[in-house]
Amino acid sequence: MTALTPTPPPPTASQDLDRVPFGRAATATLVITKRNLLRNVRLPQLLVFATIQPVMFLLLFNFVFGGAIGGSLPQGLDYIQWLMPGLLIQIAAFGSGQTALGLVEDLDKGVIDRFRSLPMARSAVLTGRTLADLIRNAFVLTLMLSVGFLIGFRWETGSLRFLAGMGLALGFAYALSWVMATIGFVVRTPEAVQSAVFLPVFPLVFASSVFLPTETMPDWLRAFADNQPITIIANAIRGLMLGGDTLPAGQTVSGQALISLAWISAITLIFSLLAVRQYRRISS
Amino acid sequence: MPTPPHPQDPIVEVHDLVHTFGRDIRALDGVSLAFDAGMVYALLGPNGAGKTTLIRVLATLLRPDSGSAQVAGVDVLAHPTRARTRIGLAGQFAAVDDYLTGRENVRMIGRLYGLSGAEAKRRADDILEGIGLTDAASRAVKTYSGGMRRRLDLAASLVGRPQVLFLDEPTTGIDPRNRADLWTLIRQLVDDGTTVLLTTQYLEEADRLAERIGVIDHGRIISEGTSDELKDTLGGAMLELSVEPEHREAAQGLLRDALGDEPVLDPETERFRVTAPDGTRSLLVAIRALDAAGIEPDDVRLIKPTLDDVFLQLTDTDVQPEVAS
Repeated sequence: MTALTPTPPPPTASQDLDRVPFGRAATATLVITKRNLLRNVRLPQLLVFATIQPVMFLLLFNFVFGGAIGGSLPQGLDYIQWLMPGLLIQIAAFGSGQTALGLVEDLDKGVIDRFRSLPMARSAVLTGRTLADLIRNAFVLTLMLSVGFLIGFRWETGSLRFLAGMGLALGFAYALSWVMATIGFVVRTPEAVQSAVFLPVFPLVFASSVFLPTETMPDWLRAFADNQPITIIANAIRGLMLGGDTLPAGQTVSGQALISLAWISAITLIFSLLAVRQYRRISS
Repeated sequence: MPTPPHPQDPIVEVHDLVHTFGRDIRALDGVSLAFDAGMVYALLGPNGAGKTTLIRVLATLLRPDSGSAQVAGVDVLAHPTRARTRIGLAGQFAAVDDYLTGRENVRMIGRLYGLSGAEAKRRADDILEGIGLTDAASRAVKTYSGGMRRRLDLAASLVGRPQVLFLDEPTTGIDPRNRADLWTLIRQLVDDGTTVLLTTQYLEEADRLAERIGVIDHGRIISEGTSDELKDTLGGAMLELSVEPEHREAAQGLLRDALGDEPVLDPETERFRVTAPDGTRSLLVAIRALDAAGIEPDDVRLIKPTLDDVFLQLTDTDVQPEVAS
């Protein structure tokens, strides 16, 4: 049997810092990102179910509602054209719950305790988790778009604008990951997290322009729907992918995109601070 | 650069740690302890005694309300990152990833510890070999038995060559065979120079593994010492025997003279109980005295206190209202 714990070398200067250097923090983030992504690769059923649900949404909404709604849309758009940009946001929103689930599971199993007992940047647990979820979201959204393309979705602007639209969807997914991380650290029990993450997402997704224009909603609901971030970002993506004439009167594509970026930045900033604070609180 | 710990300084030194959860659950109620490098120190106590809370404080996972703690010459409250370079932690549940292989799990910890990819790989292979998991190293952990998972968890805690290893109930829920294997492994680590602080509910575990034992209950160390010292606090061995009723009076006098203690007759079992200060020698002295008087004792027993007795007595006399949780 080899010696498992040979006398350690004398502590080097880097070992005796009170803060972990940035380079090592970045490495730790990448290592944890890879670990979280590997879970999706090794347990493919996770990814399969994570993709079946959005594809089902896409197919059901398009073929069930498409016929009735078609015709009544601005510029006589086909429903798939209206639906696809909105669904990108819906899927990003629903998928972000995975961030909370993953963190709470790690907390429950003692994995986060193990990480926190290592001389590594503690923040890597959060940055690695949100980064992995961003990559997973990019995969799911790409797959969705491919299915959308098969059933008739075509973007009508340049590739740069199309990519900018994708960027907004992913940016929003990333921002929501931090919201979900905060919720996860507050709720902390895996069972409760399952339902807790849908609470904020459901009303925001349905009371929005994701599935339909907001014009036919009652005034009080429309006032909410028109001003909440999911409508704003869905409209921005629609404008970027289909052109400015799909937007409600008085809105410009660049204007909506800028407001979207402001929302995404604000949510990311506020909730990353809250999530970090909540994460620290676990240790007292 | 901090000065290296003086060789004679205790490797773990805790003063008056207090930690309260919520309003009034005092998980740690003034814990102080100290012990030297190169040994196993066992924290023995029932569920909710404060064992895990103490480990969490020492492993930098929890900031106590007050008190101080030094591990391997580092103040863990003032310099937690520094302390983490000297410790290893294996928690109550094997914190390993099911979908990764054993090797990937250990390598990941090595990378997070700051080793390069190549170093982490080499270190993982060495540890897995030392811990007897080489054959299973390429298999996903979900195929491992409970005992193997615990060993892998222990492997992960060894990556940083810790000076002090914290093991929180390392063998809880493990079958006896695997438990014995883990004990061997832990002793091996100590022989290699690691200091181990472990918590346990099993008296046998503390008795077998630990050089020193701290009995903890209601957030306080209520007794401390070697296994023998703790047993001695109960006053040593007792001699129990019975004689025919007509010889009781004579036997009582003979035993008193032979052992210097007043024998007590238990009315229920109708047996004498008397302290046997010299253990087996006292037993022989007593039997000879009775034999010389023609009294033949029956059902003779020498009762040595077990750690269980110590534990039950200590936790029993410590009458405290049960803390609501």
